[in-house]
Amino acid sequence: MSATLLSVEDIESTPPAKPSRARWGFGSLRRIVIRLVALAAFAAVWELASATKTRFIINFAHVPAPTMVAEAAVEFVQAPKSGRHIANSVRRVAIGFGLALLTAVPLGLLIGRSRVMEDVIMTPIEVLRPIPGVAWIPLAILMFPTAEQSMIFICFLGAIFPILLSTIHGVENLDRRLIYAAQTLGAKKWPIFREVVFPGALPSIVTGLTIGMGTCWFLVVTAEMISGQFGIGYFTWESYTMQKYPNIIVGMLVIGMLGMASSALVRFLGERLMPWQRRTN
Amino acid sequence: MSEGSICLKNVTLAFGEGPNAVTALENFSLTVRPGELLSVLGPSGCGKSSLISAIAGFLPLRSGALRVDGEPGGEPGSDRGVVFQQPTLFPWKTVRQNVEFGLKLRGLPSEERRAMVDLILFKVGLFEFDKHFPAQLSGGMQQRVGLARVLVNRPRVMLMDEPFSAVDAQTRLMMQELLLQVWSEYGMTVLFVTHDIDEAVYLGSRVAVLTRRPGRLKALFDVDLPRPRTVDVLVSQEFMKLKRSCMDLVREETLGFPWRNEKPASKADGCREALLVESANAAA
Repeated sequence: MSATLLSVEDIESTPPAKPSRARWGFGSLRRIVIRLVALAAFAAVWELASATKTRFIINFAHVPAPTMVAEAAVEFVQAPKSGRHIANSVRRVAIGFGLALLTAVPLGLLIGRSRVMEDVIMTPIEVLRPIPGVAWIPLAILMFPTAEQSMIFICFLGAIFPILLSTIHGVENLDRRLIYAAQTLGAKKWPIFREVVFPGALPSIVTGLTIGMGTCWFLVVTAEMISGQFGIGYFTWESYTMQKYPNIIVGMLVIGMLGMASSALVRFLGERLMPWQRRTN
Repeated sequence: MSEGSICLKNVTLAFGEGPNAVTALENFSLTVRPGELLSVLGPSGCGKSSLISAIAGFLPLRSGALRVDGEPGGEPGSDRGVVFQQPTLFPWKTVRQNVEFGLKLRGLPSEERRAMVDLILFKVGLFEFDKHFPAQLSGGMQQRVGLARVLVNRPRVMLMDEPFSAVDAQTRLMMQELLLQVWSEYGMTVLFVTHDIDEAVYLGSRVAVLTRRPGRLKALFDVDLPRPRTVDVLVSQEFMKLKRSCMDLVREETLGFPWRNEKPASKADGCREALLVESANAAA
């Protein structure tokens, strides 16, 4: 009988699909062509500036031309050591980031829910937080027996603050009414935490993870330049000291690509964790 | 059905401390009979919602006593289900998971849960929408999920805080009909807070009219309209008569608002005056 209560409202309730006009999506063939031409023009100007050793604000005398970079890139791909450079950096970021995630998310959830925890944990954190990760490098080298550990620690430091702060933000901004609703449905402390607080804070946590991943790469490269043996940051710096200038740019490009890929991975996993956001947006 | 009585005796509810304290309800007494649908009607800001919060267990009493089936209300729990003004569904749970929530907390096995959720979703007309997320539903549908989520726990008492005020007029009529239907079937006690006179009279077995803040019981009367009630009731003579007297009662309260008075009296003065009028009414 109540099924007959289904009415016009239900049929009309599906929101109309928004016309998709992604700002940076590949829209039409024409736009793709325009973009390729723009890219080629950029490379051509660079090539010209390097070839003529232009000195206008920027000194292009020692900047390798795109063609030289391309050659170096081919060499990099074929070189047996390259894989090891990349693997080392990725491992450091992965361990540092993973440890930061495992520490920051539970801590953030606790701090967000408890005033006492906030006072106990946040006070020392607030003192340490403004110190840039790079400033930690000398101390980190002293604090750990191996350079490897100090580099991982630097990565960890880079990721932990953005993840922690976003988690706290997510918990504190949770709609109180959802907690009330859970209580009237019979939920006590732990189920509320698991079923309401955590998923409620998740969008904010994922944002923190994306930011944390970025700072993680930023710091691993810097740390490797100072105390590495392998790693893409080390490779870039070594190319400078050994005067293999085209390799500097190859290193820079690889760093950029690794950063981009890892951010995309975090975003992808975030979407998998939050199907309710994907389906509604 | 003898379960689901609510008894409030000389209850005072307030927010804040000292000079900023706001008294929501003052010396408020009311007995809700087991299995009745009691409408609570009052001007906005009169403490109707605070009444719900207190019975649900969110708001501690400043003084007085509260008994649900003879026991103090205590912590919030699923025996006193609440349907809020906004649906407040969990956005990360599907319709089914939202409705299932209370059953899962009670540790019911999954087949049993499935059957119970299927039944209730069918009753509220959302059977086909069980895999949807709340954001994919209209406001009226979301509110029906909110209702189902409470009903599935078979609460003794259902507290409804202006649950249909955020939906459009047509949907509201449909929701009211749905509520009457499930109420007659389940027989739980319903405390229905609203500022809509039609709604209060149409749904209620009795209507309690509150004064403006601090809320007190101004009037309590029976609604002798026959059941099952359909929308036809809304145009009957009897309904009009009840609505008329309700309107007069509510109007007395809203006319007493300080800003309706010409003289620029301070808030406190206006309040005291209104209280005097009210106590004179009560005495008469």
